[in-house]
Amino acid sequence: MDAFTTHTGTAAPLRRSAVDTDQIIPAEYLKRITRTGFEDGLFVAWRRNEPDFVLNQPQYADASILVAGPDFGTGSSREHACWALLDGGFRVVISSRFADIFKNNSTKSGLLTVVLPQAEVEALWAAVEAVPTTQVTVDLQEKQVTYGGHSVPFEIDGYTRWRLLEGLDDVGLTERHLADIEAFEARRPAWLPKALPALPA
Amino acid sequence: MPKTLAEKVYDAHVVRSAAGEPDLLYIDLHLVHEVTSPQAFDGLRAAGRRVRRPDLTMATEDHNVPTLDILKPIADPVSRAQVEALRRNTAEFGIRLAPMGDRDQGIVHVIGPQLGLTQPGTTIVCGDSHTSTHGAFGALAFGIGTSEVEHVLATQTLPQYRPKQMAVTVNGELPEGVSAKDVILAVIARIGTNGAAGHVIEYRGSAIEALSMEARMTICNMSIEAGARAGLIAPDETTFDFLQGRPHAPQGADWDAAVEYWQTLRTDEDAVFDTEVVLEAAELTPFVTWGTNPGQGLPIAGSVPDPATMADEDERRSAEQALAYMGLTPGTPLREIEVDTVFLGSCTNGRIEDLRIAAELLRGKHIDPHTRMLVVPGSVGVKLQAEAEGLDQVFTEAGAEWRGAGCSMCLGMNPDQLQPGERSASTSNRNFQGRQGKGGRTHLVSPSVAAATALTGRLTAPADLADAPVPAAV
Repeated sequence: MDAFTTHTGTAAPLRRSAVDTDQIIPAEYLKRITRTGFEDGLFVAWRRNEPDFVLNQPQYADASILVAGPDFGTGSSREHACWALLDGGFRVVISSRFADIFKNNSTKSGLLTVVLPQAEVEALWAAVEAVPTTQVTVDLQEKQVTYGGHSVPFEIDGYTRWRLLEGLDDVGLTERHLADIEAFEARRPAWLPKALPALPA
Repeated sequence: MPKTLAEKVYDAHVVRSAAGEPDLLYIDLHLVHEVTSPQAFDGLRAAGRRVRRPDLTMATEDHNVPTLDILKPIADPVSRAQVEALRRNTAEFGIRLAPMGDRDQGIVHVIGPQLGLTQPGTTIVCGDSHTSTHGAFGALAFGIGTSEVEHVLATQTLPQYRPKQMAVTVNGELPEGVSAKDVILAVIARIGTNGAAGHVIEYRGSAIEALSMEARMTICNMSIEAGARAGLIAPDETTFDFLQGRPHAPQGADWDAAVEYWQTLRTDEDAVFDTEVVLEAAELTPFVTWGTNPGQGLPIAGSVPDPATMADEDERRSAEQALAYMGLTPGTPLREIEVDTVFLGSCTNGRIEDLRIAAELLRGKHIDPHTRMLVVPGSVGVKLQAEAEGLDQVFTEAGAEWRGAGCSMCLGMNPDQLQPGERSASTSNRNFQGRQGKGGRTHLVSPSVAAATALTGRLTAPADLADAPVPAAV
């Protein structure tokens, strides 16, 4: 996973709430077995069917920060939603509320999810709709979003922030605690279910 | 300190806890399917890692699986490649696989309970948001992403933060014709699609205790549709009766030891929930969705709502977008909405009890001639059981299509899809735009509403059938 420290770019205002992961990337694109190359599926139904959709507007074509309505990323656990956003050029999604699994997946794939109060989301929408070239800086080190001389702090738990700043792989971190895992396994009751060997019905 | 059921299960699985870090949680059972796992296996290979506990891992093919011609190679080359990748990966890493054609194959959330692998007090994960289904047994079960799938394969653990606790209590007795699906759709309509974010839901109260295991699974399955990663129900005699004798359930002295432990898995009297929601069962009626998220639902006696009357701007914008997509006019009685397709199946409602309920309504009748009905059992086991009971005959004589097992039209990763503009009544879990096929429009319903709707061709509750003559079987 790439480290995330700070990012500056333009932002696309997505004025929709409860954007589910089926909209971010439909199921037919999930048949691939690669981890990259999902940009063609990103918001594909809206891009195809709605000429005015924000990402069809040339002034937002190069946006790297997505500013969405509340409850972004509900539904399916597909991490492909994060990969599609990254492949589509986004490094940050800002919303007043994210679905749990999407948020969790984002922290594992290097996409920064920033929670701001809805009033701040509205202010940011207004700013980037008025001036689409507005440069927005999302600084994970300082935990703040800055644009047009306006700075808004955001909260993120310290552990996740550290992992993102360092670009650390969770598996490697957990493997440091192998002795704890082995000790736990030694305590597990023998009657707990096992998938192997397969037993007849 | 008094604890909730979810806290007891969580605490019993903490491998390591340190200030300022997530807890490391041990995973008792990891279920795997073809869609969310290939990149995880690639990650293991790239890092030279092995699967730590193949014996606690079980794989099946469900999302891409065709429901016709299931013994032939999959026609779609991309779907076929994904299924073949799972076969290679499970063979290479020594994981048990129930492939197409195997008697244990089926939707991952149907086969776990069916095999007796899903047990009370365990932690269960899968790269699939409907893993919450297994909470019906008093397990702490939740969906994860592909990076986490890789993490569990490698370490049999997951870093987790302690969730908040929500109680959803349903008091009283459900009226005739009102099912678990109606209960959970009413809960989601009440709290919203992300209303339980950050929480585990415990469903409790006399109406929940009276439910069968199948019905409990329907409720826990859709916890994610309310934003909760997990939902669970305290195990009781109904749970133990369901499990006893299943292939992977404990036996003999092990069974006694297990039951003794399982009986401790109840929320303590004075445990505190962060959030509480209470519903009165007597007030519930058959529920259907009108919009494009599972929270946009109403009792079937209602009408399509008018966004103009919605005070909340976000809710209004969302309803306007939903109605435009669904092609619905405010004020239209829900019972007048005509459907093209009825889908009975999925991890929400593809179990034997769901098929029995629908078959009972269809027995000796014929579905509306302009309506197509697909019946897709949740697993091969469910299919064989239904055929042993003659349900397949009831469905086919009524004009429905009897198919092979899989996820099917719930998300249309196989050929079972809606065409653009087509409308379905579906017993699945998501009515998102395009979920069942590009441009498809979905109304979520219970199995009995699905069957009644198939008979009339428009959204119908079973109780409405008395007034609406339907053609007899020919």
